[in-house]
Amino acid sequence: MNPIIKAENLTFSYPGDEETKPVRALCGVSFEIPEGSFTAVLGHNGSGKSTLAKLLCMVNLPDSGRLWVAGREITSPDADESDVLKARRDVGMVFQNPDNQIVATIVEEDVAFGCENLGIPPAEIRRRVDDALAAVGMTEYARKQTYNLSGGQKQRVAIAGTIAMNRRCVIFDESTAMLDPMGRREVMEIIRKLNREQGVTVLLITHHMNEAALADRIIVMNEGAIYLDGSPRDVFGNPAAMWAAGLDVPQTTELAYKLGKHGVDVPLDLFDPDACAKAVADAVRRKRKPTGGGKS
Amino acid sequence: MKSDITFGQYVEGDSLIHRLDPRIKIVIALIYIVVIFLAKSATAFALLTAAAVVFVLMTGIPPRLIFRAMRPLVFIIVFTAVINLFFMRGEHLLFEFHFIRIYREGIVNAFLIVLRILLLIVATSVFMTYTTTPLALTDALEQLLNPLKKLRVPVHEFSMMMTIALRFIPTLIDETQKIINAQTARGADFTTGSLLQRGRALIPILIPLFISAFRRADELATAMECRCYTGGEGRTRMNSLKSEPKDWIFFSLILLLGAAVVCLNRFFPLVTIRL
Amino acid sequence: MNAIELKNVTFTYGKSMPGATPALDDVSIEVKSGGITGLIGHTGSGKSTLVQLLNGLLKPDSGTVLLDGIDIWAEPKKIREVRFKAGLVMQYPEYQLFAETVAEDIGFGPKNMGLNGAELDARVKEAARFSGIPEELLSKSPFDLSGGQKRRVALAGVIAMNPKILILDEPAAGLDPAGRRDILGGVKRFSRESGTTVLIVSHSMEDMAMYCDDIIVMAKAKILMHRPTAEVFSRAEELSAVGLDVPLITRVAAALQKEGVDIGLDVYTVDYAVEQILSLL
Repeated sequence: MNPIIKAENLTFSYPGDEETKPVRALCGVSFEIPEGSFTAVLGHNGSGKSTLAKLLCMVNLPDSGRLWVAGREITSPDADESDVLKARRDVGMVFQNPDNQIVATIVEEDVAFGCENLGIPPAEIRRRVDDALAAVGMTEYARKQTYNLSGGQKQRVAIAGTIAMNRRCVIFDESTAMLDPMGRREVMEIIRKLNREQGVTVLLITHHMNEAALADRIIVMNEGAIYLDGSPRDVFGNPAAMWAAGLDVPQTTELAYKLGKHGVDVPLDLFDPDACAKAVADAVRRKRKPTGGGKS
Repeated sequence: MKSDITFGQYVEGDSLIHRLDPRIKIVIALIYIVVIFLAKSATAFALLTAAAVVFVLMTGIPPRLIFRAMRPLVFIIVFTAVINLFFMRGEHLLFEFHFIRIYREGIVNAFLIVLRILLLIVATSVFMTYTTTPLALTDALEQLLNPLKKLRVPVHEFSMMMTIALRFIPTLIDETQKIINAQTARGADFTTGSLLQRGRALIPILIPLFISAFRRADELATAMECRCYTGGEGRTRMNSLKSEPKDWIFFSLILLLGAAVVCLNRFFPLVTIRL
Repeated sequence: MNAIELKNVTFTYGKSMPGATPALDDVSIEVKSGGITGLIGHTGSGKSTLVQLLNGLLKPDSGTVLLDGIDIWAEPKKIREVRFKAGLVMQYPEYQLFAETVAEDIGFGPKNMGLNGAELDARVKEAARFSGIPEELLSKSPFDLSGGQKRRVALAGVIAMNPKILILDEPAAGLDPAGRRDILGGVKRFSRESGTTVLIVSHSMEDMAMYCDDIIVMAKAKILMHRPTAEVFSRAEELSAVGLDVPLITRVAAALQKEGVDIGLDVYTVDYAVEQILSLL
């Protein structure tokens, strides 16, 4: 399948001023994001993951390296504003602070904002906005004021805005960081649905290991470079490396890892508590049998 | 806990007036204002008051909200009433005490002028602020002012600015309250001391507030860019404004109201206001 | 003596509005001095209101708030002193920074208390140490720091007032795991070394489990329970009923019990779970 995003050796530095030196944020990052995939990007603050997000949504251009977004090379010498604009039709972004990305005072008017910018005919916008609001479960709020919504609802409105634009890929830049657990669950559910049911490519930048565990693939950033890249099983299967990068692993993985050190073998990739408990129970029974004489 | 900023705030609803074309609503409000100023006779005022009551009932907005919109203007209302009451000279002296003389004309005038201010508030809130979303209002203004684009007036940019300002006012009010709470919790004192001291006490509030506003503006600009905003050119609107027969019927009604006011002034004034 | 005591406290926002429901409804709490207490409850359960009542930012409609056994509204004019005594770190406190240097910002609270000179310097330095701010940062502008550092400066600004009670509203929100450990570890160190009573409001059950001695659970403007941490998490079903999670490891323990491997339900840290499982072998 064609990658919707392809990065080759991206570098980026924040320019310094008289007092401070330039800060190297990315040093040679390469990867491909296949269309329809669900990828999580993990990394501690300052690891370069937010810088990467800014490059991918073309707010900043890389200092060097090549970047293709939705089949267009943004970094090619003859790419111009209009290429960026076209690429943005396909790749969107949902930001961290729900308050700072909502433009309109009324929910449906905000959902329509992106479509209006694309110059889509009004009747078509109407249809798309209604569908998008239904997809995020906000139909009954269509005429409500955005200001009174909860954080989770605001993020759902923002997601509806990108759905209405029929985007092929959405980048979530710590979109759940400011939400309470309920809001986080709501938003994560919609993100998964977006990926599974509508085939939208999802790139989820997050601090929450439990959210990352839901992805097909996890890219871990550290010191401006890709540190680990693989399935949740591969990445969390190496807790020591995660801890070294200032990150955590889900508690189920931590449990399995620590039990493993004491000779109790439990797979590291069981993120569901029931599955994990079953494996632990089996391992305990296996261990017990030779010594305990099968008294369970 | 929500900020109380009722003046100029949209009240959700689905009445006929809510659903009128906002452009027509602006024009209607303007004509209505002119009509209110045309009214000079008691009968005309009676008609306009009756019309205002009907309009308010039609919107389904609780009258207490309309009264609340009047609150910030209480001073002006009282001031106008007092001026008219005490300084209007007429033929029928009712009361005299030293230099204070109150005439019947003064009372009538004070009453009608106060009524006029109240009607003006009702007109603008019923047709514009309470029943039209700020966004629709700015859209309508943008379209009404469209001809000015030919004169290179940045109409779209201006209306976008308005929209965003309206969107962020409640957010920034909340933010201000949070910062005040945070600094109060650190023992800041905004209520005692000399004027200079109090002014200085505001610094710990203003600096974080400005920084936050700039940060929000910056993030919003990025978000708008990512949502393909490139200015007014080539933009369509979901709710592209269409005027329907009901809009024109309402428009004609207001014109009729104006005609009736002029006729009443002329042929059946009862009492006439003096200005 | 109880560091914090609420007796039948009720508070309603916008009392005059018809249909206003109380944000806190006849709440009584006792918190012993010296420990770290967690306060959990989903959004709108009354947590933030409770926090603002403790600090005197809000005044109860009825009932009394006592800090160290003293009614904070006994003398309304002295409410500012209550604010020094019950230091409050609000949500996202980095957005309240304003001064030209980190030291000046940390010193804002103590200065308002009337401190200056060497005493003020000492306070600022000590608070910076507790919050994990290196001394060379003190002369920098707070706006040049990273998000996590700014958060710690804001924390230091409250610690510098030497409060008897430190109240933190979502101190780790939005930070990465290392940032969370830095700030919560600093709070724990401060509490242990200075004997300050700490109240932490958080949504993160994992953090609560790691750092709190006991936990208050709020739901619908009332106290649902106030028990030692282990006991609170062992009542997972009651927590889910009011929309709260328990740590993943606690859910594993519950599932293990169903599988016939009983390590108890009061498991809330991975290390304890490992210990319990190994003891079965």
